[in-house]
Amino acid sequence: MTRRLPRKDVVIVGLGWTGSIMAQELTEEGLEVVAIERGPWRDSPTDFPPTYMQDELRYRIRHELFLRPDQTTFTFRNKMSETALPIRSWGAFMPPNGVGGGGVHWNAETWRFLPTDFVLKTHLTQRYGAKFLPPDITIQDWGVTYDDLEPHYDRFEYLCGTSGTAGNLKGKVQEGGNPFEGARARPYPTPAQDQPFGYMLFAKAARELGYKPFPQPSGNLSRPYQNPLGLRLGACTYCGYCEWFGCANYSKASPQTTILPVLVRKSNFSVHDNSEVIKINTDASGKRATGVTFVDTSGDQWEQPADLVILSAYSLFNVQLLLLSRIGRPYDPVSNTGVIGRNYTHQTTSTAVGFFDNKKFNFNPFIASGSIGMCIDEFNGDNFDHGPHGFVGGGYCGHVQTGARPIETTPVPPGTPKWGAVWKTAVRDNYLSSVKSGTGVHGSFYAYRDVYLDLDPTYKDRFGRPLMRMTIDFHDNELKQNRFITDKYAEIIKAMGAKQVVKDYRTGPYDITKYQTTHLNGGAVMGTDPKTSAINRYLQSWDVPNLFVLGASAFPQNAGYNPTGTVAALAFWAAAAVRNQYLKNPGKLVNA
Amino acid sequence: MRKLKTSATRLGSALAAATTLIAPLPLQGGQSDPQAFAQIERGRYLAVLSDCTSCHTVPGSSQPFAGGRAIETPFGNILAPNITPDRETGIGAWSDDDFDAAVRQGVRPNGAKLYPAMPYNAFTKMSRNDVLAIRAYLNTVAPVRNAVVADALPFPFSVRAVMGVWDTLYFTAGEYKPDPNKSAEWNRGAYIVTGPAHCPACHTPKTFLGGDKTNHYLMGSDLQGWFAPELTDDKSAGLGRWTADDVVAYLKTGHNRISAATGPMAEVVSLSSSNMTDADLKSIATYLKSFSQPADADPPAPIGPKDPRMVAGHAIYRDQCSACHGLDGRGAADLFPSLADSSVARSEDPATQIRIVLRGARSVATAAEPTAPGMPSYGRQLSDAQVAAVLTYIRNSWGGAAKAVTAEDVASARLALASRWD
Amino acid sequence: MDEKPVTPTHLSRREVITGSALLLVGASASRAEIIMGHLPWAPNAGNPPLAATSGPWLFFSAAEARAVEALADRIIPADPETPGGKDSGCAVFLDRQLAGPYGRQEGLYLRPPFQSGAVNQGAQSAAGPAQHYRDGLAALDRACSSKHGKVFAELAVNDQDAVLQALESGALKLDSVDGKAFFEQAIKDIQMGFFADPVYGGNRDMVAWKMVGFPGARYNYLDWVNRHNERFPLPPVSIAGRAEWTPKPG
Repeated sequence: MTRRLPRKDVVIVGLGWTGSIMAQELTEEGLEVVAIERGPWRDSPTDFPPTYMQDELRYRIRHELFLRPDQTTFTFRNKMSETALPIRSWGAFMPPNGVGGGGVHWNAETWRFLPTDFVLKTHLTQRYGAKFLPPDITIQDWGVTYDDLEPHYDRFEYLCGTSGTAGNLKGKVQEGGNPFEGARARPYPTPAQDQPFGYMLFAKAARELGYKPFPQPSGNLSRPYQNPLGLRLGACTYCGYCEWFGCANYSKASPQTTILPVLVRKSNFSVHDNSEVIKINTDASGKRATGVTFVDTSGDQWEQPADLVILSAYSLFNVQLLLLSRIGRPYDPVSNTGVIGRNYTHQTTSTAVGFFDNKKFNFNPFIASGSIGMCIDEFNGDNFDHGPHGFVGGGYCGHVQTGARPIETTPVPPGTPKWGAVWKTAVRDNYLSSVKSGTGVHGSFYAYRDVYLDLDPTYKDRFGRPLMRMTIDFHDNELKQNRFITDKYAEIIKAMGAKQVVKDYRTGPYDITKYQTTHLNGGAVMGTDPKTSAINRYLQSWDVPNLFVLGASAFPQNAGYNPTGTVAALAFWAAAAVRNQYLKNPGKLVNA
Repeated sequence: MRKLKTSATRLGSALAAATTLIAPLPLQGGQSDPQAFAQIERGRYLAVLSDCTSCHTVPGSSQPFAGGRAIETPFGNILAPNITPDRETGIGAWSDDDFDAAVRQGVRPNGAKLYPAMPYNAFTKMSRNDVLAIRAYLNTVAPVRNAVVADALPFPFSVRAVMGVWDTLYFTAGEYKPDPNKSAEWNRGAYIVTGPAHCPACHTPKTFLGGDKTNHYLMGSDLQGWFAPELTDDKSAGLGRWTADDVVAYLKTGHNRISAATGPMAEVVSLSSSNMTDADLKSIATYLKSFSQPADADPPAPIGPKDPRMVAGHAIYRDQCSACHGLDGRGAADLFPSLADSSVARSEDPATQIRIVLRGARSVATAAEPTAPGMPSYGRQLSDAQVAAVLTYIRNSWGGAAKAVTAEDVASARLALASRWD
Repeated sequence: MDEKPVTPTHLSRREVITGSALLLVGASASRAEIIMGHLPWAPNAGNPPLAATSGPWLFFSAAEARAVEALADRIIPADPETPGGKDSGCAVFLDRQLAGPYGRQEGLYLRPPFQSGAVNQGAQSAAGPAQHYRDGLAALDRACSSKHGKVFAELAVNDQDAVLQALESGALKLDSVDGKAFFEQAIKDIQMGFFADPVYGGNRDMVAWKMVGFPGARYNYLDWVNRHNERFPLPPVSIAGRAEWTPKPG
C-alpha cells in the first residue's frame, strides 16, 4: 500500500549536482523543496576520511561508492540485430549512487563546450555540406547558444572555485589559456593548479610542435576559496586518489563542498536518502505530473505529491524513469519516431603510453590531482578543417594522468610477458618513468539513429520492472576521429623525449567491459522541435510542463569535453527559467 | 521610559517603581506588559547573552525553553526545568520576585536551592531590570506542558540544603560594578563575560565541590569530557596569539584563522554568541584581550625532534594530519585549524585534543560560516601510543612547547569516552 | 524566508530514544532517513575496511592453498630485491577476497536467464569467482597429475612455468574449465593482491610499493609538486600506517 506524504512545492529526484543546484535555487524562492535520493547520505569527514579513503582496491576495483548492479542495471548489445545481455558487473561506466552523485567521485575536470557545439548541425552543414556528414548521423542543434549559457558556466565555476587560466576574455585571446574557448566574461575564480614535471614536459613539447597548450580547468582547487554561498574549500594536495574516490580534505568541488551545508540549514528543504523513486506520477490526462512514488529500504512505498517535479537522477536513470512512467513517446529506431531513448551517446577516448629512460626521467606519477594536466584543443570540435580527413568531431588531448595507483598503473612495453620475472622487472623499471593518461584523447561521440535506449524485453529489476536496454556501437566517424587525434597525441609524447610510445587507439566494437568515462548522454534531449526532442530549450518536458529533466540526458550529442560543466550550466539556466518565468506563470515556456 | 497607567488595579509595590511599567493583572505570571516591545526585545537579547536556550531546551526540539535537557555535572545529571510560561509545569505561576530570586540568588519560590548548574553566581551580576526583561521575554514564549522531574542527583547532593554550604563558600551576591578606570567598552565586555554569558562557568577551573578557583580565573577547566581552554593571554595555552578581531570572528562565526568551535562551544556559538551584536562581541574581545600576566620566567623547553615520540609523531603527522592541517601546521583560515597557533593544542590538559583525534569532531555552522568542516575519527586507525606520539609532536612543534601526552592518558580517555553518547 | 533556529551540531541521546525527525547517520547507514536542519554527525563515524588477519585459510582447502601459493610464486617470482607472490601474501589476499563479498559476487546482477554472448558483453555466468577458483584449481591439479604424476604445487619450477605458458597459449586445455580464462583471472587477482594495500593480506610490508616506488596512502604532496625529476624520498605508508608511526622504546 502506498502511503501519501504531505504535499510539497517541489520534489527533486536525485540529489547530485543538478538536483543540488536546483534545490538551492528553488529554496531561495521560498518554495518547500524535498529531494529523494536513492543512495545514502555522504559527507567528507565521515565517508571520505584520509584514514582509509586511499584504497584502490575498495573504491576503484570494487566500486564501493557506486550503484550496485543488483539494485539496478542495464542490458547491452552493439546492434539491433543482437540480443542484449545484462551488465552484471560495471565496466564501461560506473553509475553513481548517493547524495552528491557523480559529483563526489568525479575528477572535477570542468570544461565548457565550444560555441559551435551548440549549433552543431547548422554549423557543420554550412561548412562542409550535408553530404559530408556520415549517414544515419542524427546530430541536432541544442536550442540554446553558448552565449545563453555563458553566465551560467560562470556561475558554476565560481560556485566551485574552478582553477584555470582564461583563454578568451570578452573576445580577447589570452596567453596561456585555451585560445579556442568561447569568450568568457571574467577569469577563473582561482589560478590554475601548479603542474608537476611530466605535465610541464608535455606542454613544452606541445609548444615546440606549434600547439598552444593550457592547463586543464580544475575543480581540485589551487588555493583555499570561499564560494558565493559562503562555503569554504581547501587547496588540493595532489593525493592521486581523485576519480572513484571522495575527497578527504574539502578541496574537490562537489555538492558536499559547494552547496549542501547551506542547503541543509534551510527550514524549507529536506532530503530522504536511501529512497528510490520508482515512478513519476501523472494525472489522468498524462499532461501533468502530480508527484513521485518512492520505495524506502524497508520496502515501504510512499507517494510524494508536488506541484513541480525536477528529474535530476543522472542521465541514464532520467531516461529509464521517463520510459517506466510513460512520459513522452518512446523512440523506435525502425520507424524513426518517438524521442525518449533517442540520441544516446558516450565518449570516444584513447591514450598513448610513453616509456622514458629511467635514468633520466622520474615523473613521480603518483603526485597528481583529478584535473591536473596540460592540454591542447587544436583538434576539438570544428577547430580545424575536417575537409581532408573525412570525419567530423574531435576532442582535446593532453597529459592528464590523474595518479599512479599501482593495481592499474603498471605499464610495460609491448611484448613484455604478462607474468613472471621479466614482467616483474619491467614493472619495476618503468613505473616512475612512464606516462599513461587514462583518457589522453577525449573525443566527441555524435548521435546516430541506431544508438539508443529502450526497455529490455526479458530482464527485470528487483521490482519486476524491465531493465533499460542500451544499443550502442562506435561508428566509423568516431573511430577515424580517434585515430587521427591519437596519432597527433603520440607525436607530442614522443617529442617529450620518450624512448617508446605505444598507441592504444579506440577500436570497435563498443566494449561494455572496458572503462571509458561515465559520460553517458542523451535519451531525453533538448531542442526546438518536439518531434526530435523530449524537452525544450529550458529543459522543460514538452509533454508535461511541470516536469523538468536535468542532466546530460539533455545533450543531443556529446562534444569533445567532459560534460559536467555543461550539465551544471544547463541546470543553472533551467533554474533561472523556473524562477523568472515558470513560477510567475506555470505552463509551457515554449510553444512549438 | 514611559509609564503606563491603565484602568486596572495599579500595583503599588517597589516593583512598579523599579520596572517603570504598570500593567493590568497579568494573564501570565509576573508583572510584565506583553505589549512592551522594547523590554521584551531587551529580554530576548539578554536571554541570548545568557544562552538560556542551551540548557533549557532539548537540542533540536521545536519547543524552546521547555526543559528536560540533562545537564552534566561532576555530581551527576540534572534535568533543566521548564521555563516556558505554562502555569503548571513551567514558571507561568511565578511572580517576578520569584523569577529574580531564582536567577540571581539560586532560590526557588518554595525556598529550595537551585544547583549551581544554574549559574546564578554569574547571573547575580545582572540587574533586576535585566532579569525582569528576560522574564518579559519568556512570558511571550509558547507555553509548553512538560513536567520535568528535577531531583536527579545522588545523595548527598539530592539534599538541596547542601547548596547552602556551597553558597557560603562560592556565592557572592551583587550586581556588576563598573571599573571607573576602564573604558565603557571594557566594562561592557567584563559585564557580559562574568555576568550573563557566564564564561567562567566553563573556563575557570573548579574546586572539588564545583566552585570557582578564583585564583585561577579563566585558566581553563575540564567538563563533559572536554577541556575548555584558558582565556588568559598566555601565548601558548591561552588567547595570546589571538587578536581582538580573531576573538570577534570566533564568537560571531564559530571560526577564525586559528581555531574552530566544536563540542559545547559550538552550541554556545550557534545559540548565543553568533547572535550577539558586533559591538558586544568587540567589548568581549576588548575585555579578554586586556589581561596581561607576566611571561613565564622559565618557559618549558620543547621536546626535541629526536625524541622517539617526536619522530613517530612527525611520521604520523606527515602521513595523515598534513592532509588538512598542512605541512606547516597552519591549516587553512576558517576551514582547518592552525595547530601551530592553537591553544587547544597546547593546553596542559590534553582532553580536548585526545577526544577530537579519537572520535572526530564537527565544527559549528553559522550563517556567516556554514561549511562546518569535520575532523574524521582516528580512534580505530591509531593506537594509544600513536595518538600520544602525534599529539606530543603537535604540542612541541612550530615553536610550541608543552608536556607530552602519554599512552596512558589516551587509554584512560578512550575508556571514559566510550560510554559517552556525544 | 526565515531560517529555522540553528540547532547544535550534535544530537542528544534523548532525541534518538524518542525518535524525533532529526536523525543521525552512523557508519554505512542503510536505513532511509530524512535529513534537514543540519549536517548529520556522530562520534567515531566512519567505515574502515575489514583488515585481513593472519590465520587459517578461510576459503581454500590445504590443497587449493598450496596450488595458489605456487601459482603466486610463478606469476610473481621471488628475486633478491623483492619477495615473490607467496611471501608477499598474495595467496592470503586471494583467500580472504574469495571468502568475502567478491567471492560471493555480492552486489552483482545475478538474475536469470543466463545466456552466453559476445566477449564485449561481459561475464554472464551464475557462478562467481569463488566457484571458478574451486573448479579451476581442481582442474589444474588434475591436468598436472595426469601429465606429470604430480599436482601443480609439487612440480619443479620450470615445469610449472611450462604448464602456465601452455595454459596461456591455449596449448594446454583443462577439462571442464576454460584454462586460458582461469589463468588470466589468476594473473589479475594475484597481481592485484601484490599491489593492493597490505590491510588486505597481500603486499606484505608494502614490498610491492617499495619495488616500484609508490608512496602508498599519502595525502599531501604539496612540497613535491614543483620538485621536478627528483626521487621522492619518503617510504610508503598503508592505511594502517607504517612501522615509524609507533615510537621506538628507549
